[in-house]
Amino acid sequence: MDWIASLQGLVGGVMIGLSAVWLMATLGRIAGISGIVGGLVTILPRGDSAWRLAFVLGLVSGPLLLMLLGGGLGNVAGAPGEVVGQPAGGVGLMLVAGLLVGVGTGLGSGCTSGHGVCGLARLSPRSLVATLTFLACAIVTVYIVRHVIGGGA
Amino acid sequence: MKTLMGYIAGLLFGLGLALAGMTDPARVLGFLDLFGAWDPTLMFVLGGAVVTTFIGYRIVFRQETPLIGETFQLPTRQDLDARLIGGAALFGIGWGLSGYCPGPAIASIAGLTAPLFAMLVAMVAGWFLARAIPARS
Repeated sequence: MDWIASLQGLVGGVMIGLSAVWLMATLGRIAGISGIVGGLVTILPRGDSAWRLAFVLGLVSGPLLLMLLGGGLGNVAGAPGEVVGQPAGGVGLMLVAGLLVGVGTGLGSGCTSGHGVCGLARLSPRSLVATLTFLACAIVTVYIVRHVIGGGA
Repeated sequence: MKTLMGYIAGLLFGLGLALAGMTDPARVLGFLDLFGAWDPTLMFVLGGAVVTTFIGYRIVFRQETPLIGETFQLPTRQDLDARLIGGAALFGIGWGLSGYCPGPAIASIAGLTAPLFAMLVAMVAGWFLARAIPARS
């Protein structure tokens, strides 16, 4: 096992948690990416858009900062010095995946951050069911793609 | 001030994702691939994030209100419905196909590629589509 990668994961996870706590302490909001960004782009809520846009800019500038620092703090599998990994497929696959992720998080009112991090931390039964559901579906999807269709590659 | 707080939250989130390697779809898919060369990284990320948030929220909720703003805006629903479970299932399939959930997809704009751009455009289209599907009352 790659202990450095796991340790970076743990530290990164704690930072994500601190971000969620910060957003709740200052603005009283759940740090759910699909809620924050989905709300911004679909509704553009008056008086409630600037902080969302600022959040997105912060979200993008985080990895950018690590890249400007030379990439040594990145954690891309098998690619030291990289901060952002390569996509797992081409444009066609990503169009399908993106649509599913958008519709799914829109209908289900949350994604890995809103349900998976904030919801579980609040012991919300809806978030627990949502998290178990998307984890199970993602695991089955990867199994089918890699081991049924892909022949175990 | 609200804007600055939002930026700081986003920056912390983006730094956390990048440091954790969640901006690498291979790490995410490696975690989801229980029957392959399993990559435990995401487990540490989720664990660290949930425990930190669990503790932090309990400290924050000792206050009556957030620093800026009148109330803590928390979801109050407790019921399970088809929209929640069906939505989560669709999201899971898309996540398993791409290795991108919304946070890492947006954070990865710093290393934008054509497939990632397609992912982001389709994701936004999906959010609009979800709003057009009416909730059954």
